[in-house]
Amino acid sequence: MKLELIGITKRFGSLVANDSIDLVVEPGQVHSLLGENGAGKSTLMNVLYGLYDPTEGEIRVDDKPVTFRGPGDAMAAGIGMVHQHFMLVPVFTVAENVALGNEAVRGGGMLNLQETRTRIRRISDQYGFDVDPDAVVEDLPVGVQQRVEIIKALVRNAEVLILDEPTAVLTPKETDELLGIMAQLTADGKSIVFISHKLREVKAVSDVITVIRRGKVVGTADPSAPTTELASLMVGRSVSLTLDKKPATPGEVTFRVRDLTVQADNGQRVVDGLSFDVAEGEILAIAGVQGNGQTELTEAIMGLQDHVTGSITLGGNELVGRKVKDVIRAGVGFVPEDRSVEGLVGTFSVAENLILNRYDDAPFARGLSMSPSAVEKNADEKIAEFDVRTQSASAAAGTLSGGNQQKVVMAREFSRPLKLFIASQPTRGVDVGSIEFLHRRIVAERDGGTPVIIVSTELDEVLELADRIAVLYRGRLMGIVPGTVSRDVLGLMMAGMPADEALAQAHDVQGGNL
Amino acid sequence: MSTATTAPARGTGDATVRSWKNPIILSVVALFALLVFALGAPGNDVTFRLSEENDPIVLPSIVVSAQLIGWLAAIAMIALAVLAILHTRARRKVPTWVPAVFAILFLIAFLTWVVGSARTPNVALYGLLAGSVTLAVPLIFGSLSGVLCERSGVVNIAIEGQLLFGAFAAAVAASLSGSAFVGLLAAAVAGVLVSLVLAVFSIRYVVNQVIVGVVLNVLVSGLTGFLFSAVLSEDSERWNSPPRLPVIEIPLLADIPVIGPILFQQTIVGYLMYIAVAVIYVALYHSRWGLRTRAVGEHPKAADTLGVNVNRMRFVNVLLAGVVAGVGGSFFTLVAVSGFGRDMTAGQGYIALAALIFGRWNPIGAFFAALLFGFATNLSNVLSLLGTPVPDQFLRMLPYVVTVFAVAGLVGRSRAPGASGIPYIKG
Repeated sequence: MKLELIGITKRFGSLVANDSIDLVVEPGQVHSLLGENGAGKSTLMNVLYGLYDPTEGEIRVDDKPVTFRGPGDAMAAGIGMVHQHFMLVPVFTVAENVALGNEAVRGGGMLNLQETRTRIRRISDQYGFDVDPDAVVEDLPVGVQQRVEIIKALVRNAEVLILDEPTAVLTPKETDELLGIMAQLTADGKSIVFISHKLREVKAVSDVITVIRRGKVVGTADPSAPTTELASLMVGRSVSLTLDKKPATPGEVTFRVRDLTVQADNGQRVVDGLSFDVAEGEILAIAGVQGNGQTELTEAIMGLQDHVTGSITLGGNELVGRKVKDVIRAGVGFVPEDRSVEGLVGTFSVAENLILNRYDDAPFARGLSMSPSAVEKNADEKIAEFDVRTQSASAAAGTLSGGNQQKVVMAREFSRPLKLFIASQPTRGVDVGSIEFLHRRIVAERDGGTPVIIVSTELDEVLELADRIAVLYRGRLMGIVPGTVSRDVLGLMMAGMPADEALAQAHDVQGGNL
Repeated sequence: MSTATTAPARGTGDATVRSWKNPIILSVVALFALLVFALGAPGNDVTFRLSEENDPIVLPSIVVSAQLIGWLAAIAMIALAVLAILHTRARRKVPTWVPAVFAILFLIAFLTWVVGSARTPNVALYGLLAGSVTLAVPLIFGSLSGVLCERSGVVNIAIEGQLLFGAFAAAVAASLSGSAFVGLLAAAVAGVLVSLVLAVFSIRYVVNQVIVGVVLNVLVSGLTGFLFSAVLSEDSERWNSPPRLPVIEIPLLADIPVIGPILFQQTIVGYLMYIAVAVIYVALYHSRWGLRTRAVGEHPKAADTLGVNVNRMRFVNVLLAGVVAGVGGSFFTLVAVSGFGRDMTAGQGYIALAALIFGRWNPIGAFFAALLFGFATNLSNVLSLLGTPVPDQFLRMLPYVVTVFAVAGLVGRSRAPGASGIPYIKG
């Protein structure tokens, strides 16, 4: 099936999310859409999938114009979509999820799940998916959930499959498996629209690359084009993808974690017996696929978790069992992973957000009253220092772009002398320009002699910043390796292999891994 | 949601997460039973009658010693409490049958004690059970209405209003037409009217569902109260003297002792109740409509991306819920008593809501939960007739105490539909 988008424009009020975009997807091709977060990739795909009406433009399937009033029409035309956040009902079984909206029924509208199960098994066997139709979706690993999403599209006879940031939640091994599945699908004559901002993956799988920036197509590229060329096309100016940082000069070890265990309310050990040290003036990156205990680890340090056993000491003082405020007072700066929920109060002004950790200290507070002039003066300084793009200091923080919100959080945390700095996903959803800036600030903090912990699921970021890398898998430490280690080793460790085995195996196999 | 990746629990053996809630509650209740039901047992025998003397099949009455039952039950309950403590100490899960058996023992001991202490220690068990079912009828309809709404993602606080308006409409329509069946139909229409307002405001205009529900209850109460005093009381002969629905006995089956009167000696509203429970249960879990309803209530966006019209699904379900609750409301004026009274539903809609949660958003669960509440109400009625040592007011508190304990999650945590109460806005 040939799919064409001609002059697609989508406006939300005065915002132009897509500006007359043309795109042709040929059968049997992997067509990548490359662009930064907020460039308009997802909007375009939602238009294609019938979730949004295009303001202008036309969609053609096999040269015939079509209009999609909803996802049902798009599916009927042979378009399937795997969303970045899976569209699966967590309490349903695989069969129920696949059946939904496309139910096989007996008389009287009664479900015929047996029929659906048979179809799932057939597809599962054909592509080697290994999916049990009766498993409950919320119990399945993310990689399998993704395959359920693909099955949902295939059951509906999709000829074009849209994959929206499909590798964001996968381990390197699962990513390899997904790429294998994609190859099988294109071999069967199906086409794939692959949406990503990860240059390496895009280069590896694509037949054609279309680059989108600020809602416009800025060019097409050949997969063999050099990474820097793709990056500058995506960002709109030349970017240095490598950070110039001096080798670390670790000082005294001031932060120690010993036998740290965190349990969820159901008793599951989400962090399991961790021990590690961080020295002054070094960056320890904590790598791992999302949901392997990173969140709980940082929250345990901050005093945000119940059921914590073991010991966390900073400069000899125990932090376990202390209140959050005490931990902050002890000199810990924290950038949480979800800035819009935990990092900022969206409806508060930028100025107010900049003093959330010091609102009751001088010079911002005097007795029971606050000093607005001091708050304002502080805001003006920080906005200038961190180049926060905002209309004014009194604008609501929620109205800022992701990158600028993150600068506000970072500016607040760096606004006082720190004994430990922790940042979770410091550049998630942040534009490339701001990433450079934020990374430099983090390295500057390290060079100033602060122990730094960075939690990131992006291998690029981990390798960029880390002096040492700790890999978490199911709450356990797979080992700590030097920051210069290869991606293959990290990939193996992220899939649950201890460091020494991973190092040995990666040495043996010089693989064509991503 | 879908990105939860952490593997299934490895060892649930853990140092810090251990719930002592269950063992502590069981121990306290067991000690209470020992003090009151065993040590404080009356010295006489207790008679439970299973059938009337002129029934076609006469079963012998059960006569037991209050002291014997009190002691046996108390000892068994203490044993269960100890078992729960041992399990918790060994970091194992307390088996689910333990609290269930415990509750049944408590019920038997309490019943024996309270009847034994009455002036006439003799109770008709069959009447007690049949009366419970009768009292539970509007509760069951109400909680089924809640099931339909909440499973599709709309919180229905307006059950009370639906019941009350149904009762009012049934009384007026039946009085004017002289036919109870017209009243039944009018009750369904009245329930739908209340639902329509709920649906339009909460789905179309995205107003907070709880607030709309509460406002509707107050509105219906005020409206029916006004019409009652302004119109119905003026000429109650014309407006407020509905004929009652006849009791339909199914031959032979109705003669089975104890369960005969419960299952086969009902008005049409009673039979409709059984049919509604069964139909809604089967449809919810085994039909296309049910799959879509549950999907829309759990993860509306997923349903939307598969071409299911979320808000239409919700709208239809809320209207259906109105039919169910409206019919339930007709029970008050066409079955229980003949005629409408101001605020005669008296908070039953809220108890129905509790039954819904107690029954874990499942039609059959809600049915049994509502039966329990009906039993508590009926027990307090029967006991005040028998002349118990417990003050009447305490007995009348019984259903509400049961409700509080039930909703507080004493019987395991219940999990609400994921998107219940959250309006769906596209995009």
